Amino acid sequence: MIEMRDVWKIYPDGSQALRGVSVLIERNEFVYIVGPSGAGKSTFMKLIYREEVPTRGEISVNGFNIGKLKPRKIPYIRRNIGVVFQDFRLLPKLTVYENVAFAMEVIEAPRRLIRKRVMEVLELVGLKSKANSLPAQLSGGEQQRVAIARAIVNNPAVIVADEPTGNLDPETSWGIMNLLEEIHFRGATIVMATHNKEIVNTLRKRVIAIENGVIVRDEPKGEYGYEI
Amino acid sequence: MKFSTLLRHLREGSLSVVRNGWMSFASISSIAISLFILGVFLLLTLNVNNLTKQIENQVQIRVFLSLDISREKIEAIGRSIGALPEVSRIRFVSKAEGLEILRRNLGEDGQGILDEYDDTNNPLPDSYTVEVVDPERIAEVAAKIRAIGDADPDRPIRSVRYGQGTVEMLFRVTNAVRNVGLVIVLGLAFTATLLISNTIRITIFARRREIGIMKLVGATNSFIRWPFFVEGALLGFIGSAVTTAVLLAAYNWLVQSLQLEFGLMMIRLVTVRESGLLVAGVLIGIGTLIGIWGSAISVRKYLKV
Repeated sequence: MIEMRDVWKIYPDGSQALRGVSVLIERNEFVYIVGPSGAGKSTFMKLIYREEVPTRGEISVNGFNIGKLKPRKIPYIRRNIGVVFQDFRLLPKLTVYENVAFAMEVIEAPRRLIRKRVMEVLELVGLKSKANSLPAQLSGGEQQRVAIARAIVNNPAVIVADEPTGNLDPETSWGIMNLLEEIHFRGATIVMATHNKEIVNTLRKRVIAIENGVIVRDEPKGEYGYEI
Repeated sequence: MKFSTLLRHLREGSLSVVRNGWMSFASISSIAISLFILGVFLLLTLNVNNLTKQIENQVQIRVFLSLDISREKIEAIGRSIGALPEVSRIRFVSKAEGLEILRRNLGEDGQGILDEYDDTNNPLPDSYTVEVVDPERIAEVAAKIRAIGDADPDRPIRSVRYGQGTVEMLFRVTNAVRNVGLVIVLGLAFTATLLISNTIRITIFARRREIGIMKLVGATNSFIRWPFFVEGALLGFIGSAVTTAVLLAAYNWLVQSLQLEFGLMMIRLVTVRESGLLVAGVLIGIGTLIGIWGSAISVRKYLKV
């Protein structure tokens, strides 16, 4: 599903975020990306959804060599990748419903289908009753649920979550994890960068640790392995 | 593009005008003010043009004939002048008619001065009044007419008059006013464009986050651009429509209240009925285009990933 071969990322300021990373993530895997701040986790995530291009090496997502993709094709690749951020990134002036529907309008889905599918997804994340609220009227956990609803509404094969629980209290974080588990169960491949030791050590999945731009550890059912 | 998508862009663009209340208000105001000044100069230029045309129509050449030439000669001269391609109209003014015109032009104050003259002792010569196709080349035509007279050994043409000097001067002035007006109008249109594109850039800058999210969920660039075009066009349209309405109402009032004074000066102002469609078309057209163009350059800047 996601394959990196000797990927290097050197930013214009000369900093080497990734130095020769090779990894293979299979379909329907659930992977934690762990490591200290500034180790290259975010760059790793950004390369997957083509926010950044590798300086060297190849990345294929869903069978597409996304490093060599023409800019015109990028939107179509993104439609198959749902992205969730620590800071939610919702549109503040749109309602919950509109925020989620937005991702479907973009791909020119018929209105009737949008209505049906958005309500379905809002039900899944447990926010059907808040469909007409604005993001500012919701708690952090609820906002993250909206962001997840938006990420999955188009049934993407891959979900990329960059510290989705970073801004949430432990209890709310577990709610988000249950939701991601549910989405994983329904067939999505999930790549999640996190600093949350408790989650990684409790909900055991494959763990890839990145330090100084290289993969230092890659174990199935791994542990967080860092002291906070 | 699907029809439903087009509707979405129209809806989003219009909604966005409402959502960004104050920014929209600022854009509309800047468009309205810039175009108002442009509109004032447009009306001024239209009036100068109209005035020039009025003056041009009044410009004519008077050809005074010698006193002692035959009827045939007079007609022959008339035919030769009429045959010049630059001449649009030629009219014979007999000495009796000339006396009548002179009396009329002197008006009440001059009454009595010409009383002792009648058909028997009329001192005036017969003459031709010549109108030319292009009044700006009147000197040239006058010279040609003079040459016709000079070519005849009888010297049948005594003098050719067209207000030498005055007419040339008049044309120099109106041409200058027209050209300066055009330059000012172009300059203002340019300034208005800059002002508006800048305002729309600020609007878009405030929403770069929104654009970023749109790209993230897989929106194509054209999909992102369209609502902004609609928004820009709407802002331009509203701003220029407001300006057009205010400008034409004010101008109509001006024309009506100045009609009498200007009428006495033999100046006729262009009416709203004559100029309204042109002014509205130019202002609204420019306003809308500027709105679209302004949003186009600004959106492009923030679509680069």
